[in-house]
Amino acid sequence: MDFDALLLGRIQFGFTIAFHILFPAFTIGLASYLAVLEGLWLFTKRDLFKRLYLFWVKVFAISFGMGVVSGIVMSYQLGTNWSEFMRVTGNVLGPLFALEVLTAFFLEASFLGVMLFGWKKVGPRLHFLATVMVAIGTATSTFWIISANSWMQTPDGFAAAADGRLVATDWLRVIFNPSFPARLTHMVSAAYLTTALVVGGASAYQLLKRRDHAESRMALKMAVGMFALLAPAQLVIGHWSGEVVGHHQPLKRAAIEGYWETRADQPLHLVGVPDREAGRNHFQVSVPGVGNIIQGLPKEEVIRGLDSFPRQDWPVVFLVFWSFRFMVGLGLLMIGLGAWGAVQWARGRLESDRWFLRAAVSMSPAGFLAVLFGWITAEVGRQPYVAYGVLRTADAASPLVAGQVGASLMAFMVIYAIVFTAGALFIFRLLHEGPESVAGSEAPYVQRAPGWTMGAAPQAEAEGPVS
Amino acid sequence: MGLDLPLFFVGVIALSVLLYVVLDGFDLGVGILFPFARNAQDRDVMMNTVAPVWDGNETWLVLGGNVLLAAFPLAFAVLMPALYLPILIMLVALILRGVAFEFRFRARVRGRALWTAMFSLGSLLTAFAQGLILGGFIQGVEVVNGRFAGEPFDWLTPYTLLVAVGVVAGYALLGACWIVLKTEDELHGDARRWAWISGGLVMASLGAVSLATVLVHPRVASRWGLPGFLADNEAAGPDGPVATAAEAVGELAAAPDRAVDLTQLLPLLAIPALGLAGFALLAWGLRRKAHRLPFLGAMLIFLSGYIGLAVSFTPFIAPYGLTYQQAAAAPNTLSFMLVVVSVLLPLILGYTAWVYFVFRGKVRPDAGYH
Repeated sequence: MDFDALLLGRIQFGFTIAFHILFPAFTIGLASYLAVLEGLWLFTKRDLFKRLYLFWVKVFAISFGMGVVSGIVMSYQLGTNWSEFMRVTGNVLGPLFALEVLTAFFLEASFLGVMLFGWKKVGPRLHFLATVMVAIGTATSTFWIISANSWMQTPDGFAAAADGRLVATDWLRVIFNPSFPARLTHMVSAAYLTTALVVGGASAYQLLKRRDHAESRMALKMAVGMFALLAPAQLVIGHWSGEVVGHHQPLKRAAIEGYWETRADQPLHLVGVPDREAGRNHFQVSVPGVGNIIQGLPKEEVIRGLDSFPRQDWPVVFLVFWSFRFMVGLGLLMIGLGAWGAVQWARGRLESDRWFLRAAVSMSPAGFLAVLFGWITAEVGRQPYVAYGVLRTADAASPLVAGQVGASLMAFMVIYAIVFTAGALFIFRLLHEGPESVAGSEAPYVQRAPGWTMGAAPQAEAEGPVS
Repeated sequence: MGLDLPLFFVGVIALSVLLYVVLDGFDLGVGILFPFARNAQDRDVMMNTVAPVWDGNETWLVLGGNVLLAAFPLAFAVLMPALYLPILIMLVALILRGVAFEFRFRARVRGRALWTAMFSLGSLLTAFAQGLILGGFIQGVEVVNGRFAGEPFDWLTPYTLLVAVGVVAGYALLGACWIVLKTEDELHGDARRWAWISGGLVMASLGAVSLATVLVHPRVASRWGLPGFLADNEAAGPDGPVATAAEAVGELAAAPDRAVDLTQLLPLLAIPALGLAGFALLAWGLRRKAHRLPFLGAMLIFLSGYIGLAVSFTPFIAPYGLTYQQAAAAPNTLSFMLVVVSVLLPLILGYTAWVYFVFRGKVRPDAGYH
């Protein structure tokens, strides 16, 4: 592959995966939330939970569909654009991808049908089981894909054969490679945070319009409870993940922290403009003496800077440095919002503090942004390797010409622009309408087409749980 | 003697692809037939017959691709770049039709028309692209040093276009028979007519594809015990043989006595016989207004075409550069996958069957599906 084709291929992968990750980041958490809502409905027999379920399952169906189709693109793209990567690592990574399909995709896809269309076909308990299966499916999918991606960050449990291709020597070490536990925890927690912020923001939006909306009051409490606890926990988990990076990918840590110089007692660079040519940060604002402490290392320990690595191995430091700071910044805002919510909740003013509600609305996309910035940090920081220290990205590409890759990049951009716009429009419409309230349920969904996803829901509501 | 692991995984991939073709075949077919529906209500019913199961159906395609990667990484790394553009068309089309299920339910007037069109167009394009992929696969890809070494448009020949038309007709037939099975009244009657028409098209295109395959691909011909008409032209490359297909027919007429290897051919005739049985069942079922037989007949037709193809290019997995033995993954990868697949595949087949069981029976418009 020539240089242009390589660059276009990288842009294409970055573009399609950035688009794709938005949906799993949301549906992983939403699937669990739906399982909780349906479980609460069956357990407490309060119809409020069912109305919340019926609302969020609509949002779920749209997001999930977009996640599925953009995910198929990812699995085929590994072969079409990165065939050398698959040729070299297929023995090791292939089973992880296949396991994702076998343990997760079928589970999600099959039970999603029952979840969306099965209200009248199966009883409430079996329907609940279907929802739980979909939630398990999304979590299992996360497990395998993060395992495969973590192996790319910290490859382990393999050996190179005579022809240069890799073979696995220890499957457990392949799957549970060094960075996997921290990164899986970090990602799952990020997905739950993303969902909690969306649910919280959407509920706050409804409460700004109609302050006594019982469903939204409940959903807001659930969401605030979630992110008030999870946002600080995520800081700790993220720190753990950072320590793993420091241990196994010291070069990436140097880029994240903007450390050009190898030394003991590193400072903490808050902001700056990393310059790869000059090998330093311009306009940097730093706190001396705390860099090592943040890294959890004694002051006298030497932390390697970029200067201790060959220049051709450096990633694009500016991107890594800044995407990391945006991610952390958003995380701190989430902690702040959670703390504010907790205080107002304790004072019994959670649903009536309009400034808090407005803040919650404006923070609802924060999870998506933080996930994107986090992935940019992780993946750009891995460059110029596709499998860290094992295979360079430039050696991983397919034998293609730039025209092919350019054409496919254009096609994906156009199609994704259409699909994303339409999907976002439908989701915003739903969020604007909000969940049905008791008063509103007299004339349900008359405008809808007969095939509309939850067409049966109002009838099912009359039957109530059998349990 | 232990289990031949690579062969076992050839079987797994073959099963995935067969299930994919039959299952997603009928829901793609429903999309292909969308423009022929009388009204919006019929289209809603048509879509509702497949809405709960399409996602699971499509997953067999993902499984096929991923088992190919895990069990035959070399073949995966050769075939994907070789068939780059048809795969791209397929992916884009799958996106459009996949999101159309939800989007169409959500949309209002104009959006609804748009996503109805997208569902239909996406289904048609997916089927067509899969035909191009299949045709490109049968005609073979150029492999040097274990890597794809051909040109971006090697797959584009009159032969692949013919196969693509055949796949579209085949999916339309499956879709029509599925609608016959799942609906009632006027739509059911319309679907029976669509099944007659598409059944005729399938017969014509299956015949044409079979003939073309034997004529332009000497390896396949000799596998069937037929004389290799174009043995001299083998080096002509993928677009060479088609140009000379006409010559081949002439040659055949000129030398009818060229040896046909009956010991090779006769046992294989069971395969086209299966196909003919399928057509007979289809026609008989349609004639006596049966609801299930036509779908069964259509499945038999697909099965015979499928086995016929499999026989033709065995043992190649990236025709005609890599055999499945050459492309196989490391032994420990295959044994790991063996454990995984033998536990999970039966489970998946089990709950898939359960989902179909849950959604059995006719889909009526007034019930809004549910």
